[in-house]
Amino acid sequence: MPYPELMIKPMRDELVMAGMEELRTVEQVEAFLSPQEGTALLVINSVCGCAAGQARPGVRSALESAVKPDRLGTVFAGQDVEAAARARQYFADIPPSSPSIALFKDGELAYFVPRHRIENRSAEEVAADLIGAFDRLCGAVAAS
Amino acid sequence: MRRGRRVLTAVGTFHQGKSDLHGITVVVDTTGPEIFVGRCDDEDDEVVILLDVDVHRDGDDGRSKREYVERAAQFGVWKKHDRMVIPRAQVVSVKPLGEVTSA
Repeated sequence: MPYPELMIKPMRDELVMAGMEELRTVEQVEAFLSPQEGTALLVINSVCGCAAGQARPGVRSALESAVKPDRLGTVFAGQDVEAAARARQYFADIPPSSPSIALFKDGELAYFVPRHRIENRSAEEVAADLIGAFDRLCGAVAAS
Repeated sequence: MRRGRRVLTAVGTFHQGKSDLHGITVVVDTTGPEIFVGRCDDEDDEVVILLDVDVHRDGDDGRSKREYVERAAQFGVWKKHDRMVIPRAQVVSVKPLGEVTSA
């Protein structure tokens, strides 16, 4: 059951203010993930403070890196149910978890952080992992 | 009551009154052939309560418990049960899945 929108708005805003496009409909998800070129970061946002409390600041910190994905998007699990379900179809072999973070390169899933790799870790550790993935997959060398 | 565990009472959005492992995806190994991976809801001296749980029996699909856990550590598990209550007497260890590293 979705939480009151008033309660989760700050959780949405935290990523939107970091430059992420909020994907609230199936159509928005498809438009974001369908391009087969470039890199795209998709954050499956969630309410749960056990992991999302580190995920969002970790993502924000990572996005301050010089190297970052071409496209930045987020869906909110449990809130925008249809949009989140559509997003997960792009990595259907991976068990659903939220929060989680997916990095696509040229239309293919290239890097994934499931919830259990966020729990019990600091935002700095989450950011460091993401920055490493950005450097490997989104840098000029990786793109050439 | 051991340190880090609390009475099984409040169920709230912000997880008041739960054990330290509340919300953490854990591996629960048992004295028997079963090993469980799920999100810890709570635990005390009597039980470990898991949500969104997968169960593996040693040797199923040709995989040992260790091999199953290493695979689960990569991307997670597909849940087979919404909720399971595991008697503490059957529990050998409870460990965060995020701390599991491949051999």
